[in-house]
Order: sequence, then structure tokens, then C-alpha cells
Amino acid sequence: MDDSLVLEYDVPGDDFTRAGEASSATKATLKRLGLPADIIRRVSIVMYEGEINMVIHADGGKATVTVSPDAVTMVLKDTGPGIPDVDKAMQAGWSTASGAARDLGFGAGMGLPNMKKWSDRMTIDTAVGVGTTVTAVIDL
Amino acid sequence: MTLRELMDAGLFQVVNEGADPERTVDCVFCCDLLSVAMGKAPAGCAWVTVMANLNTLAVASLTDAACVVLASGAALDETAAERARQQGITVLATDQPIFEAALMIHHRIHG
Repeated sequence: MDDSLVLEYDVPGDDFTRAGEASSATKATLKRLGLPADIIRRVSIVMYEGEINMVIHADGGKATVTVSPDAVTMVLKDTGPGIPDVDKAMQAGWSTASGAARDLGFGAGMGLPNMKKWSDRMTIDTAVGVGTTVTAVIDL
Repeated sequence: MTLRELMDAGLFQVVNEGADPERTVDCVFCCDLLSVAMGKAPAGCAWVTVMANLNTLAVASLTDAACVVLASGAALDETAAERARQQGITVLATDQPIFEAALMIHHRIHG
């Protein structure tokens, strides 16, 4: 029997007022499941950064969170412009965010580095003009 | 120091009391870049910032900050204030600059 719980969310594009809804819903669910506070915090950070990235860069996307007995796996998939240079995108402080995003306090170039920092494993599958899928895993 | 004690100290305007006034404030954290705060704000901190928008509240909630302290006269708009009420986030405010606001809390925590 598969003991996994799968949560799926649509992340709206270019709407900063709704950014964080998927992260907040995930956090609430993990709390109800009784996961440790430090795990919930790490999942929240990774999810939120992923959401913000999709809002800023990709006109939204889909977030799928799978909670299994041994890990929380987040798949953040968009059909945005893709990342031309992943190494640069992973550099702390490097950003292509818009002025509007920066005015709100984003665009510090910490999104993907934060996601990697707080995950146990992270992969980026991206193609220019096709989209990006970030998969982040936090072990339980 | 608890949030209740911080609110009762009369140092800050209480914008929203929040859902857990008996929560302990462990430390002070100052930052205006939300992505930096997202990665570095310690759980249980009093987060001092001039960034007053819905996303500030989301970051505070997701990092499990004890409260948000809006410095230098920064203020939530009505939509954000309503969100703080809905989510039970403690929000304080002051006209003092970030450093002075943080120092007041630091002194309260450490005596």
C-alpha cells in the first residue's frame, strides 16, 4: 500500500498578493500531520521560494508536494522562459527579477540558493522556451 | 520575554495582537530583503523591517517568526492588516528607525 499523501496547487502568475498560498496550505497540512517543526519550516521556505520564482519569472505554474513516510518531495513545474544559465541562477545575489519584484523586497538573487540550502537534494530540469521543473526533497 | 510583555512595554504600536501572545521572543532579526529573510530569519525572532506588504506577512508566517515589527513609520495597508488578523500574526509598529527599534527589543530580551 502506498502511504504517500499528494498535494497539488496551481500557482498564479504575476500576482504577488496570492504568492505563498500553496506554501501556507502545505505548512498547515504538515502541521496537521504532526511533522517536526524544523521540517515544516524547511519545507515552507523551499515551497515559498519556488512559488515566488514561478510568480516572478514564469507566469505561474504547478506545485506538487508528496509526503511519504521517509521524505517530503516538492515538484515545482512551470512552462515559463526557462533558465539559460543554471550555474549563474544558483549564484547567491544573481537575479533577473523585475523592478516590481524588487520593490516588494524580492529579487535578491537568493531564491534558488535558499531552496538548495534548505533541501537535502535538489535538481533543476530546464530548457529555454520550454520551462523549468525544480524538484526538492527533504528527508524525514 | 513573551510577545505579551513586549506589547505591554509600551514601546510599540500594536497593529495586530496575534494568535499567541504568550509566545516567547527569542531574538531580534533585521532585514528588508524578503528572500534573505526567508533564508535567514530564525524561528521565534522579532523581525524588524520597513517592508510592509502581504509578502512580509507570508515570510513571517512561513519562517515562524514570533512577530513583525514595522520600523520607520512603515504601515500595512488595510488588505495586509486584514491578512495579519486572519493569520494571527503579531504585528507591531514604530516611527523609530530599524536599529533603534531592534535595540529596544534586544534590551528587553537580554536585560
